[in-house]
Formats: sequence, C-alpha cells, structure tokens
Amino acid sequence: MTAPLIIFFVLAALAVLGAVSLILQRHPIHSALSLIVVMVALAGLYLLMGAEFVAAVQIIVYGGAIMVLFIFVIMLLNAGLEERTNFSRLATYAGIPLALAVSGLIAAAIVRSGGYLPAPAPSGALTSTKTLSMLLFTEFVYPFELTSFLILVAILGAIVLAQREN
Amino acid sequence: MVPTNYYLILSAILFGLGIVAFVFKRNIITLFMAIELMLNAVNLAFVAFSQSLGKPDGEVFVLFVIVVAAAEAAVGLGIIILTARNRHSLNVERVDLLKL
Repeated sequence: MTAPLIIFFVLAALAVLGAVSLILQRHPIHSALSLIVVMVALAGLYLLMGAEFVAAVQIIVYGGAIMVLFIFVIMLLNAGLEERTNFSRLATYAGIPLALAVSGLIAAAIVRSGGYLPAPAPSGALTSTKTLSMLLFTEFVYPFELTSFLILVAILGAIVLAQREN
Repeated sequence: MVPTNYYLILSAILFGLGIVAFVFKRNIITLFMAIELMLNAVNLAFVAFSQSLGKPDGEVFVLFVIVVAAAEAAVGLGIIILTARNRHSLNVERVDLLKL
C-alpha cells in the first residue's frame, strides 16, 4: 500500500463518517459541523489529486463562507433538536432503497467501465492556477460574467426575502 | 497512485448519503445541508474526471458549481428565515399549505 493510497483511504473514511454523522445527529449545529468535516476531507482529496486551486476555494468558500452562513441562520432562528413527527410512510419505506439503488447504479456503471481512465497524476502543471485562470478568462469568459450577474441577483433576492415587511 | 474509480465510488457513496439525509431529516436547514453534500459529491467526480483525462475544463466547472451553491445558499436561507418567521417551526412537515 503506497502513501497516496493510505491518505486517500483516511480522507475517504473521514468524509463518509462525516456524512453519516450528518444524518445521525439530531441537532442542526452538529449536522453543520459534520458537513464541515466532509468539506475539509474533500479539500484534502483535491490536494491529493493535484487540484490545489479548487482545494483552496473549497476551504475558503464552502468551509468558510457557506457554512458560516448556515451556522448564522441556525443560531439566528435558535434551532433546537429536530422534532420527531410521524413522518410520511413513503420516506420510511422508499428512502433507503432509493439511496441504495442510486449509489449501486452509479457504482456498477463505474466498475463496469473500469480500466479506461488513467489514474490522476498530481503533476501540478496540468491544472495550475495559471492554466485555470487562462481558461476562465478566455474560453469561459461569457459564463464567468454571467455568474457575476447571478450573484447580484442572489444578493438582491436574499435582501428582499429576509427584510421585515412593514 | 490512487485509481480514478476509487474517487468516483466515493463520490457515489457521498451522493447516496446525501439522498438518505434529504429523505429522512425533518429540519429544513438540515435538508439544505444534504443538498450541499450532494453538490460536493458531484464536485469530487468532476475533479477526478478532469485530472484523469488531463483536461482542466472540469475544474472550471467546479468553480461555477461553487458559485451557484453560494448563491443558492444565500437565497435558500433567506426563504428559510421567512418560513420560520411565518410558521414558527423549522419542521418541513408543518409546511403543508399545498397538501390536500
């Protein structure tokens, strides 16, 4: 077992445990902290693959900004323990089989197509920040500008939604 | 080296766990976190494919996904605050105005 493989399995176990913990925890704050564990583990996996810019963005935007927003809202609304109502029968009987079916389908497709994809080599040159930014400002410049418009609309929407009407 | 398939299987597992969380959790904020978990799983697959095929396009796509997730979180949490203020509850079972 080589070192990258060991690192992969440790990070993968961390991510899966975080996701399971997100499901099992009954307090939203604990779920949010579990989700942060998943995101940090995924950032480590990106680093392992050699995608250092995406790893940094993952930590800063996901682990930093978005999760802080979540925790802000949880504390603002003073969310307590999740209450157990008798939830719909469809969720009880169809939930786990549905998730297993989707994961199994994806995994089967991956395993059957195995061998065609070369392993990601963390060369660094392939997806250096320079390459990414060149691509972002030449080939993808139109979608890039559109995202700025999207963020503007999202800011306005959030303000309009959250303000108190009088 | 770690085979690409390992990354893809991990991505599938995380996506499945996201579905389980979305179906079983009753707190509206936790449901939102389940959506973020599924987006993260898809991002992992994007980066794995991008590195494996030697094309940086997939990583540019991940950046767009993150931007959209941030916008979605801002608007979605605004809607959650509004719902909580009107219904005095964060339970999705109580948001049933359209239910017969």
